[in-house]
Amino acid sequence: MTAEDLNELVEKELEANRGFTHSINVCMAAGCLSSRADQAMDAIKKELKAKGMDKQVRVRPVGCMGLCAAGPLVEIRDAAGNSEVMYQGVTPENAPELVASVGKAPVQSLVCDTSIPFFTRQVKVVLENCGKIDPERIEEYLAADGYRGLFKCIFEMTPVQVVEEVTKSGLRGRGGAGFPTGLKWSTVAKAPGKQKYIICNADEGDPGAFMDRSILESDPHRVLEGMAIAAYATGANHGYIYCRAEYPLAVKRLKNAIRQAERLGLLGQEIMNTTFNFTVEVRLGAGAFVCGEETALIHSIEGKRGTPRPRPPFPAQSGLWGCPTLINNVETFANIAPILRKGGEWFAQIGTEKSKGTKVFALAGRVNNTGLIEVPMGTTLREIIYSLGNGIPDGRKFKAVQTGGPSGGCIPEQYLDMGVDYDSIAQVGSIMGSGGMIVMDETSCMVDVAKFFMEFCKSESCGKCIPCRVGTSQMYDMLCKITDGTGTLEDVIMLEELSDLLKSTSLCGLGMTAPNPVMTTLRYFRHEYTAHIEEGKCPAGVCNAAGKVAEEVRA
Amino acid sequence: MSTMSAMPAPPSNDKRWKLVDATIKRHGRAGHSLIECLHTMQECFGYLDEQGLKYIAAALNLPLSKVYGVATFYHIFTLKPQGEHTCVVCMGTACYIKGAPQLLAALEAKYGVKPGETTVDGKMSVLTARCIGSCGLAPAVVFDGDVGGKATPSDVLKRVEKWMAS
Repeated sequence: MTAEDLNELVEKELEANRGFTHSINVCMAAGCLSSRADQAMDAIKKELKAKGMDKQVRVRPVGCMGLCAAGPLVEIRDAAGNSEVMYQGVTPENAPELVASVGKAPVQSLVCDTSIPFFTRQVKVVLENCGKIDPERIEEYLAADGYRGLFKCIFEMTPVQVVEEVTKSGLRGRGGAGFPTGLKWSTVAKAPGKQKYIICNADEGDPGAFMDRSILESDPHRVLEGMAIAAYATGANHGYIYCRAEYPLAVKRLKNAIRQAERLGLLGQEIMNTTFNFTVEVRLGAGAFVCGEETALIHSIEGKRGTPRPRPPFPAQSGLWGCPTLINNVETFANIAPILRKGGEWFAQIGTEKSKGTKVFALAGRVNNTGLIEVPMGTTLREIIYSLGNGIPDGRKFKAVQTGGPSGGCIPEQYLDMGVDYDSIAQVGSIMGSGGMIVMDETSCMVDVAKFFMEFCKSESCGKCIPCRVGTSQMYDMLCKITDGTGTLEDVIMLEELSDLLKSTSLCGLGMTAPNPVMTTLRYFRHEYTAHIEEGKCPAGVCNAAGKVAEEVRA
Repeated sequence: MSTMSAMPAPPSNDKRWKLVDATIKRHGRAGHSLIECLHTMQECFGYLDEQGLKYIAAALNLPLSKVYGVATFYHIFTLKPQGEHTCVVCMGTACYIKGAPQLLAALEAKYGVKPGETTVDGKMSVLTARCIGSCGLAPAVVFDGDVGGKATPSDVLKRVEKWMAS
């Protein structure tokens, strides 16, 4: 594959596209698929054929369009790719009217208004192709400037320049901790050793987070391109994508993408007829949250129990099989290609002073517009929840927003006007995390939420270090006592002490951050704890809701 | 490194072992492919039994203790056979705050099964998932691989009743 070959492929793809007057894009990501988008697509295809329109209108299975709550989503685009109309909640029965509306007046009852802030306030860098291209065809990715970043690196830049460009962009790790990506890359690049590895962390374990899954399902080549650029910059020749086994569709599309890229010589040996080699393999996780921690993840790829080890040495010096290893998250790799295509300075213009670029959030819980959004760093929580999310349903009152999953915390109303970036979120006791954002209203009990996350950490603790293994279990028991109405104020004091202990003495991030949900709820919602203890009641009426249902069923 | 011992014979003539063998061989019987091999075995048989674990240990030249250690560490692997049908209740944060615990309580009250258990007649296993990523449809339940969104206790019981009656 040379630059000419690439241009030729792209031209062929564009030429084929010009043969159609319209394209009907149907979302085929997990969210819409679970609302039977595949059946809707089949019905649309059949209808086009029956009406003899299948030569003018193409049906394109695409990735996530974002507004999962309104799925299945279908978008009609003209020959130039401009959106004409988006439809929501499309069923197979809608196919005839939908097909009849192509190029004509839209079916009003199905229209999804794309002029709402949910769509207009987003800035798409990582998700630029999501919902536009068919993730199972490399040609469409190529036609959308795909692999141009890799081309530019290999033919115009030295590895050192590539690292410099990433450093200049100010990109920070999107897995949650926010470590400067450029610094990580340069450490691996400088590490001695012939054999180096690239690992893409796609073990998205936070409950309520589905950003990485959507990226992998909607635009897998973007991640591969980012990994290949990283390999070129650091001198690695083999890579692993460690993906959750719970994401079968993402795994399938990744494997398909790897095959396609290898066939075109964009991955594999002698990439683009140069001496640069890079092969990629997918490795399946097996349902262990702790494997999101980098040293545990490495053990898991090596076929062992996923337990972490003390750092240093960091994986950048001694990682997979003792070799220097670069580990980045899916979203981090997804940012690389546009940075190389458009330059680090372009990227650094987006976002805040210390957190550059955009962040993808999975907005869910008690909010009207649930789904996937991408906004510049520094966007306020209020804007995300009330403008993009369109507020809380049924006129109820906002209580808290939970970020960062089991490692994060609950942010109360007084911080709604805070701009979201790594540092501001950390200041209020939570973490950015990978991007899950769960909105809670007055129907949620904050002690119950803390208990939920502690149960999670307790059963996901690998058991290697005592503070985490025993501490999470003890804290969980205390939270159970409080929600049962048998807790005491001493339990609260003990919870605080244990929180400190876990934070400062656990071996890895799981234990160190496990107390965050307890600490933030104690800090901002202490009155709910006291209500359970002193008045023996749950203000939100949650703590015995399951018991009531059980009684009803038995009755 | 000692030389690799001869490939052991599979525990039975069951054709599904051919698929497991394919995974073992694709990775050149390397010890680091253990998790991949366990995945294939579970996909083929539904669970990991003792015979199978012994076979994989021998094929990959690993001590059985290590194979057992890995098989029991990861939540996805199960050493018990599953029921005829599976009902997976998503316990992700969004599903949890929208009532997933009530769904589990209803199933337990009606059929006496807690998460991870199978009904006595072997008809249904009730499982939980950490998050299936269908947060927009919370609370979500997966009935034999088919995702149902915005579930209520009565929805779930109605759906499951059909399996139990058959």
